[in-house]
Amino acid sequence: MRHRNRIQDQSADRMSGALALHAVQVALDRRDDGGAHQNDSRPAGVMEHGRASSAGRLLDKIWERHLVASPDGELPLLYIDLHLVHEVTSPQAFEGLQLSGRTIRRPDLTVATMDHDVPTLNPDGPITDPLAAAQMSRLRANCAAHGITLYPLGSPEQGVVHVIGPQLGLTQPGMTVVCGDSHTSTHGAFGALAFGIGTTEVEHVLATQTLRQAKPAAMAVTVDGELPPVVTAKDLVLGIIAEIGTNGGTGSVIEYRGAAIRSLDMAGRMTVCNMSIEAGARAGMIAPDDTTFAFLEGRQHSPKGAGWERALDDWRSLVTGDGAAFDREVRIDAATLRPVVTWGTNPAQSVGVDGAVPDPASFATPAEQQAAQRALEYMGLAPGTAMRDIGVDTVFIGSCTNGRLADLRAAAGVLRGRTIRPGIRAIVVPGSARVKAEAEAEGIDEVFKAAGFEWRSAGCSMCLAMNGDTLAPGERSASTSNRNFEGRQGPGGRTHLVSPAVAAATAVAGRFAVPGDLDGAYGREEGQ
Amino acid sequence: MRAVTRVQGRAVVLDRPNIDTDQIIPAAWLKRVERTGFGPGLFIAWRADPAFVLNQPGAGEAKILIAGANFGCGSSREHAVWALQDFGFEAVIAPSFADIFRGNSIGAGLLTAQADEAVTAGLSSALAADPGTEVVLDVSERTVAVPAAGLSFPFALPDYARWRLLEGLDDIGTTLRHAAAIADFEQRRPAWLPRTRPFAPASA
Repeated sequence: MRHRNRIQDQSADRMSGALALHAVQVALDRRDDGGAHQNDSRPAGVMEHGRASSAGRLLDKIWERHLVASPDGELPLLYIDLHLVHEVTSPQAFEGLQLSGRTIRRPDLTVATMDHDVPTLNPDGPITDPLAAAQMSRLRANCAAHGITLYPLGSPEQGVVHVIGPQLGLTQPGMTVVCGDSHTSTHGAFGALAFGIGTTEVEHVLATQTLRQAKPAAMAVTVDGELPPVVTAKDLVLGIIAEIGTNGGTGSVIEYRGAAIRSLDMAGRMTVCNMSIEAGARAGMIAPDDTTFAFLEGRQHSPKGAGWERALDDWRSLVTGDGAAFDREVRIDAATLRPVVTWGTNPAQSVGVDGAVPDPASFATPAEQQAAQRALEYMGLAPGTAMRDIGVDTVFIGSCTNGRLADLRAAAGVLRGRTIRPGIRAIVVPGSARVKAEAEAEGIDEVFKAAGFEWRSAGCSMCLAMNGDTLAPGERSASTSNRNFEGRQGPGGRTHLVSPAVAAATAVAGRFAVPGDLDGAYGREEGQ
Repeated sequence: MRAVTRVQGRAVVLDRPNIDTDQIIPAAWLKRVERTGFGPGLFIAWRADPAFVLNQPGAGEAKILIAGANFGCGSSREHAVWALQDFGFEAVIAPSFADIFRGNSIGAGLLTAQADEAVTAGLSSALAADPGTEVVLDVSERTVAVPAAGLSFPFALPDYARWRLLEGLDDIGTTLRHAAAIADFEQRRPAWLPRTRPFAPASA
């Protein structure tokens, strides 16, 4: 594994995914005798997880305040404060409720939008994909039948579900947030416990406003020091994933800590927490602070008046106490981070933009060597090729990872006064209708359009390529999204994950580049 | 949910780590509003290769998939579980599973048996010698056996998951037994917590 020098793993022995699962198993065993006593209940608030020094961590504080019951032989029952719903993972859940004659317990804690397969071109016109149209009309009908607030296509609040929750002020510190989407971890940036669930669990939350969950382990990723000026939150989180691996967080909630994390704005914190799932973590979280409170104050659903003061008092208590121990702790020196690009087919396979495609033989184990070899074959890359020599066909800026106003500003800052390389298809898809409107109010859309980008409407778009925004087979993209899996952006498509700044510079250069390269002076420390 | 006590039948080996849910079922297949019909999309990109394991004779009858570590990483799409089931799989054996996938599997009745790499390697060897040999998973005992080869190994499955599979339980039903505790909890929630619309309790 590269970059080993910058990391200190402080656990006595590295907690592998298998060990993390083992920890969950132990926790279960302590309460479980095969189900014979499942009717026994015990007082709410009692936890028996058998972990030493667990008191006082942010995860514990949020967990304890949401524990409804911990019945013998069953998983703990956790109350859910906010349930986000979208068109793709909900129809079977609503159908299940209907078939069992159950109702929705708390429509007032549920909100829906359309994002995964909405068109980003001509969104006001008829939806030409009949299956997508059917999914959206099903969501409309379900929300209308159950009294759920829906921000449909065309609404000024429509957008990627993980962009609109925070934007509306619905995501607040200390809450539990779930959604039938793995990138729900985004909301942890506010000091919430937020995680993705499957459709059966969506149905469970709709019916009961609770979820059955084994308590995850608590893992700390501490990023000390100051990020170099050219290094963004995206580079930071890709660096973390490269270090701990795609299953490094399995069974755990990662709390991101340290000066470099504190220095991030809310958009950057959301980018980091968003990609926790790419390290296999159940969730990611960052303790709330003045940056968080400043973001929330005055938003539509933020507390007002005396409620705001009460909320602030509460939120300030949502920190991990000094001396609390984590199940695993990883430390990274921010000064060693640099702008990165992925070369392979999982988000851990990245290298500096100034680096080269690795040689599979350089990996430690035969399994890693095989995985790297397979990835390079799929990506059509030869070992030793400088990343800066690799040309791209498409540049995509958007997604729940990097589709916020701050991301668009960063890209526009690189593009201002420049044009993209002829022949490249470059599209920018704002994360929400409101992000789009705010960007237009700042004139950012004009910067993108003048540079040669297509200025689209809000949605998930090419991040998962459900809506027809796809790569052709063999096409290569620089993408600000979160997954570079085989075929993620279309069958045969080759995805390289990058930050918005690197995406913009790459669009101009036609091959992977950092903003400084555009002046022929990579390495100079300038802002973007 | 149907109870799962035993899975018995043909097995196939897909020896790759980090098999993500986009490989299991690509996003383009997620537009269905039903839980069925996903089988044809299972591993569809890899199935284009004639040498792919699911294209081998007899693979269509397989009930057990043996895979590499971190199986099911990526998206939360339960469609990945439905696709495996729709194809005919009733169990997946792997050294580790991604958390959301594992939760979805248990919820939908797909057995996720976690077994050491030595176990998956042992099973793979037995299947290489005789691809049609029967593999038997016993949920109660948490064992996987290849009777013809005289092999038997333990696998890990959390107690709660084991209980749910054996009983074929509906989680919502068991949770609603705690309706009073949920209502009591709701009384204690701070009033300033956000609501997405004015509160109107659902009728009982």
